Amino acid sequence: MSTSPRGAIAKTVLVALVLTLVPLPAWLAIIRPDFLVLVVFYWSVQTPRSAGIGLGWVCGLLLDAFQGPVLGEHALAVALVAYLGVREHQRIRTKPLVQQALVLLVVLVLYEFVLWAIDGWSGHPLTTPLRWVPALTGALLWPPVAATLAQTYRPRA
Amino acid sequence: MAGFGTRSGSQHSRGGSPGFRFTLYALVSVVIMVLDQRMDLLERMRYALQALTYPVEVAVNSPLAAWQWLERSFASRRALEAENQQLRTRMRDLEIRTLRFDTLARENAALLGLKHSVPPVAARWLPANIVDIELSRLRQRVLIDRGTRNGVFRNQAVLDDHGVVGQTMSVGPWSAVVLLITDPEHDLPVQIARTGFRTIAVGTGDPDGLALPYLPANADVRPGDVLVTSGLGGVFPSGYPVARITQIHRSAIQPMSRVLAQPFAHLQTDRAVMLVWFHPGSPAGPVQTHQGQLVSGNPAAQPLAPPPQPPPAACAPPAKAGTASGTVPAGTAPAAPVPAPSTAKTPATAAPHRSPP
Repeated sequence: MSTSPRGAIAKTVLVALVLTLVPLPAWLAIIRPDFLVLVVFYWSVQTPRSAGIGLGWVCGLLLDAFQGPVLGEHALAVALVAYLGVREHQRIRTKPLVQQALVLLVVLVLYEFVLWAIDGWSGHPLTTPLRWVPALTGALLWPPVAATLAQTYRPRA
Repeated sequence: MAGFGTRSGSQHSRGGSPGFRFTLYALVSVVIMVLDQRMDLLERMRYALQALTYPVEVAVNSPLAAWQWLERSFASRRALEAENQQLRTRMRDLEIRTLRFDTLARENAALLGLKHSVPPVAARWLPANIVDIELSRLRQRVLIDRGTRNGVFRNQAVLDDHGVVGQTMSVGPWSAVVLLITDPEHDLPVQIARTGFRTIAVGTGDPDGLALPYLPANADVRPGDVLVTSGLGGVFPSGYPVARITQIHRSAIQPMSRVLAQPFAHLQTDRAVMLVWFHPGSPAGPVQTHQGQLVSGNPAAQPLAPPPQPPPAACAPPAKAGTASGTVPAGTAPAAPVPAPSTAKTPATAAPHRSPP
């Protein structure tokens, strides 16, 4: 429990980044959700004024630095996720977690689609259907992830 | 970090509506992508990023590394002794195999018509450890703990003790990303060792699968054939083992056969790999493109003078020499000794012919 959202945001982003980078067995790595995207989406919906498109963009650039074939690819995609979260935060926030997960599924498919398109345009195509799996697992894991993130910061009033 | 600390403000904080800000960030992203893709302007930035990310990668990998270190330090004396014995045996085997290496190298040089035995194709090598980190899901890449500080350069050959592993793609000061031969983006010019047929091995994204998509349906290829590097492409010298052919699917209506091969290198279990520097002048070195022409070897290498001819009676008639199978190397068409050409670009074909005994 932190008093300022910024501290909680920084901590959770760091944890999500480590979870993204930690080596896993091959089959687990394939179904590993994009934790950083989940975290960005959560903060965009819960505290749209503290965290938003800028945070998403920076987190995306971090992903690019570690994993991206092209700089700016994840930056764009995560910024899009953050934008959708900020734009619809009032509608999403009031929904139960299961419905939030459905919304997130759509957002994550869009996210993977942006990555897929940029991969193709930039000449690093990756056509295997396995690349869409994290969208599904991310949505499935949303209820526990959101519940965990809710423990880190509770806005006053 | 805009947006990270925007507390005050109305519904949409400072900097305009979310739509406007997203458009701004998207534009910046697109500009970065184009710069990264089309120009080398971001080369230095990539280098800096690689330097910045390396400590994080080492930190994330450290629990695993510590565990492995613990495992090693608590290994039983018996296990260590067994391993030691095994290594000794292996080393003796390898030493016996290389006993005649120098003699063979000299013989080979003489056969090629060179004055001196050519330098070994590998000039220098450096072991590198693999930093176990998730670089990119579904892409076949690994991070190694050597960078420009160790002299590593882009597109450098990476091998292990069984075969070709891949090549470096982005190099930072202390680390480098290795593109494995099984990555879908990696194409490797190879040769079927049995027939000499040249083709290209393409990564499939599967850690133990290479595909040979450019083999015609009637190509002479069998399961079990060994693929070696062909020396084209400018990264690997010729003759390094790459993979063994496992499956061939031929279909009557397809002009190409679908051929799969399994790499020799232990791409999934390797903890360490070898970075290799090659002699640029070695005839067996990687073929480079020079002014639009493929050039191999050292153009200054001179062939030997033709060996003294025995009296005609002692030697087989030149007309029959061409028909003697097996002893005549392919490519040496003229049966009569030819005068040494002044320049020899490809020593193998310019070597003077020797009469079979």
